Amino acid sequence: MKRRSFTGDRLSVRRLAIVLGLLVVLLTAVFVVSITIGSERVGLLDTVRVVTSKLTGQLANVALEKQIIITDIRLPRVLMAIVVGAALAVAGSAYQALLRNPLADPGILGISSGAALGAITATVFAESLPISRPVAAFVGAVITIGIVYALGQGGERTGSERLILAGVIMNALLSSIVIFLVTTASGARQRNVLSWLIGDLSGEPALLIPVALFVVSGIGVVYANARSLNLMMVGEDDALALGVEARRVKIAVYLAASLLTGAAVAVSGAIGFVGLIVPHAVRLVGGSDNRLVVPAAALVGSSFLMIADTIARTIVAPRELNIGVITSLVGAPIFVYLLRRSN
Amino acid sequence: MVEARDITFGYSRPVLNGVSFEVSEGELFALLGPNGSGKSTLIKIVVGLLKPQSGSVRVDGRDPALISRREAARAIGYVAQESSVRFPLTVMEMVLQGRFAYGQLIGFESERDLVETEWAMSVTETTEFAATPITQLSGGERQRVMLARALAVKPKLLVLDEPVANLDIAHQVKMFDLVRELTQKTRMSAIVVTHELNLAAEFATSVLLLKSGERIAAGKPDEVMTEAKLRKVFETGLIVDKNPVSGAPRMTLVPTKSQ
Repeated sequence: MKRRSFTGDRLSVRRLAIVLGLLVVLLTAVFVVSITIGSERVGLLDTVRVVTSKLTGQLANVALEKQIIITDIRLPRVLMAIVVGAALAVAGSAYQALLRNPLADPGILGISSGAALGAITATVFAESLPISRPVAAFVGAVITIGIVYALGQGGERTGSERLILAGVIMNALLSSIVIFLVTTASGARQRNVLSWLIGDLSGEPALLIPVALFVVSGIGVVYANARSLNLMMVGEDDALALGVEARRVKIAVYLAASLLTGAAVAVSGAIGFVGLIVPHAVRLVGGSDNRLVVPAAALVGSSFLMIADTIARTIVAPRELNIGVITSLVGAPIFVYLLRRSN
Repeated sequence: MVEARDITFGYSRPVLNGVSFEVSEGELFALLGPNGSGKSTLIKIVVGLLKPQSGSVRVDGRDPALISRREAARAIGYVAQESSVRFPLTVMEMVLQGRFAYGQLIGFESERDLVETEWAMSVTETTEFAATPITQLSGGERQRVMLARALAVKPKLLVLDEPVANLDIAHQVKMFDLVRELTQKTRMSAIVVTHELNLAAEFATSVLLLKSGERIAAGKPDEVMTEAKLRKVFETGLIVDKNPVSGAPRMTLVPTKSQ
């Protein structure tokens, strides 16, 4: 019988600390590299100087235009990648645990499209109020997961194929409504909106702080239910019998995951597959206990999205690729692999 | 330990129709009946997962559907008919879930939790799989892990829905042996749903025969498991005599063609 030596027989505090510690180091390294790399050359040392001067409040001995590139252009975007990456990865692990399906993902289930429709509707009716976008995206996500769950719930058992099919259908329907709304909107905005739909981190630095607050509270709620989710992953009746207030956990975590999806989609569009591949990679290395999976997915998701965004910014420079293109190119083959293996 | 009175339950058509029974402390109570007779529904009501439309259930003097899930979970260990786990949780992580109702919502398992978990794994002979992902086990091994998880609860009442369905005959006997030993030693009561009539006759202290949601008979195995009653309930040819070693009722199937 195959044994995994690192993960051992159960999650220990020691393993949790080691994994999270290493991931924080990884995140920091990726962060520094991400704001260093770009079409304008900046030295690694300059980046470190600018960031430490920002943190300590002292003046940095770096040319002013380089400082501006780092702090005003790259920093907000990289911070956005951190927030969005954490949100999507934790939302993915939450949906997977609740739906007892390792293939669940906000994009595949159509929840991102629902959030996008919400955000677009807010743009059409309340453009002057940017905060209405993440709120409307949250509402869109909640409604969509409700419909997908109901459609996927067939007969005796909820098969994973049925659920994913329901997601595909909702995705197609909602995307059409979004495109319809965008097309009827004025022409100048159209290009921006279409680019946002594929996934784009360059858009909304003004929303960084409110969205970060949404994301932190969403992750907090999911983490607070991590132990209950371990039992929900096995079965809802089983969890109930073992003492989990299943209904309460379900409602809290669905709402939190939808808040995370809505916040991410409102600022960055539908960046696909992050919620699928990040939790999967985390489980592969660190085990399936959600007390580890949730925080580790947040850290890995942040790092992954920073790397993907750096590639998107530089690979066809001076032009930029949409970040959603990169994540889908990586994610789609992995999804196919997981789907084949799950049968 | 368990008192069920006039339990009625049904969706569009009735599943249970006024079923009553009692299980005393230390009893091994077998619930027998054909497919669709309402056995699983009845035990879900006992565990508190379903609420009866009328009638009452008391487990250890309390209604399991009215107390908090945490409180109910500390009294009742339940193993469902089948669970398909799609995440590679290790066997020890699975068994530790039995300790959920004793711990904090956030945080780690206590020493006591680990002791009970290791005990539950050793009596079900699953210790060797502790670090193995549950997804890599055979059906029979997984069933023993699910029993271990229910035992880690340290329940006053153990409720098992077809616990031997995936087991070879040696493990079937071992499973019933273990449950009987626990009921005798710890005064734990057990309700076992099973299709294994001979094992039920051998191990159970009481038997309830259920058909189409109605109680047909209840009592000691040798009173209940008679040819007439079993033929009526299962609608198949069989003869009942005595097990030459233990003296318990012995059922032998007689296919209709050779009658």
